[in-house]
Amino acid sequence: MKQVYVNSVGSISTQKTFDGSFLEDVIDHEDHVIHAMDPVYKDYIPPAAARRMAKGIKMGIVASKIALTEAGIDNVDAIITGTGMGCVRDSEKFVSAIIDNDEQFLTPTPFIQSTHNTVGGQIALEIQCKGYNFTYVHAAISFESALLDALMQIQEEEANHILIGGVDELGDHTVKIHQVINHIKTEKVKSSQLLASKTSGAVFGEGANFFVLSSEKGETSYAEVLDTKTFNTLEKDQLQSELNIFLKANNIEANDIDLLVLGNNGDVDFDDYYNALAQDLFTQTQQVYFKHLSGEFNTVSSFGFWLASNILKHQSVPEVIKLNHTQTVQFDNVLLYNQYRGENHSFTLLKKC
Amino acid sequence: MDALKQELKENIIEQLNLEDMSPADIADDDMLFGDGLGLDSIDALELIVMLDKNYGIKLTDPKEGRSIFESINTMATYISEHRTK
Repeated sequence: MKQVYVNSVGSISTQKTFDGSFLEDVIDHEDHVIHAMDPVYKDYIPPAAARRMAKGIKMGIVASKIALTEAGIDNVDAIITGTGMGCVRDSEKFVSAIIDNDEQFLTPTPFIQSTHNTVGGQIALEIQCKGYNFTYVHAAISFESALLDALMQIQEEEANHILIGGVDELGDHTVKIHQVINHIKTEKVKSSQLLASKTSGAVFGEGANFFVLSSEKGETSYAEVLDTKTFNTLEKDQLQSELNIFLKANNIEANDIDLLVLGNNGDVDFDDYYNALAQDLFTQTQQVYFKHLSGEFNTVSSFGFWLASNILKHQSVPEVIKLNHTQTVQFDNVLLYNQYRGENHSFTLLKKC
Repeated sequence: MDALKQELKENIIEQLNLEDMSPADIADDDMLFGDGLGLDSIDALELIVMLDKNYGIKLTDPKEGRSIFESINTMATYISEHRTK
């Protein structure tokens, strides 16, 4: 079975990550929702093509191109995308147009561009990739589903280089709905105070994080991907036993984990899942969190994956993401755990390479 | 007629997301497709919807569109002769 390496990363997020830096100048946002920082899209996408693209598509293409450039390749065997809401802005646009115009006038461009697989399709068009192209839409485990597919294809030698990523954009109407049902915090929260908020809901965000996974380790490699596992439903009291099964399947014990990357989003009703894991098996393990930097969205775990890959490559943890006071000198094994509102849990295991 | 041409240019720029363009950049006799503005078949669909929505003109014969959408001049002439709103 082939090993799988993260050979490059590309990130568009609510932080300045598009320039390849690793959280050097962190922005302390204060809002209900936080938007991704835009790179100069024209540097990556021809204006004639970009004019039809909503932000999510542009973010996905740019993150992909950054990842491909870093990996030193211009094409891949497969493109696998994860997205929870797809091209939600275009969906909102054409549905609103239908309602406003009494079902008489369908606006063609937003309709064509609104499908969930538009991002993967547009990336393929941009790089002329005629290989396997698949988009997973599984809420908060969309990215892990894409990762699992890529892992199996490389391990089974069906592909050597695969571009994978997670992308989601904020849509005004969707944000309003989430505010009505209190899934978004009613008060503005500073990023640095997210976990101290002690209120329900999350601060929503958006972003695109893409990676080239390869069967060959290269000069640019960040980490080795060992495994990922997803659960649609998981009770708090099952968490530890399921994690033990996952670790055992990879011949790793909890003590071997050097860093725990947790998806705490400051929602007082659901952060207990993270606390249960952190305060049980991993009291002596260094812990970090990241959603105060990225906001919450369906594929935000791809930002966690970006973060973990960078930590393994640089062997350092930025102060702004530290969750406890445990200090680790060397990072060999990193475990990521994410869930959203008590559903769609995922474990992902990365290793230094 | 001049007001209609100006309105068409503004609507085309907005509807087709022609960022970086202003009405002044489009001459009345510029070719809209091909070598001119470089519009394509999806843009043609957008223009058909625009004619229907804004001026009450339903194009049933696709071949008709080729001559109507040749330039701002041809569009304005056709609209002024056939508009129902």
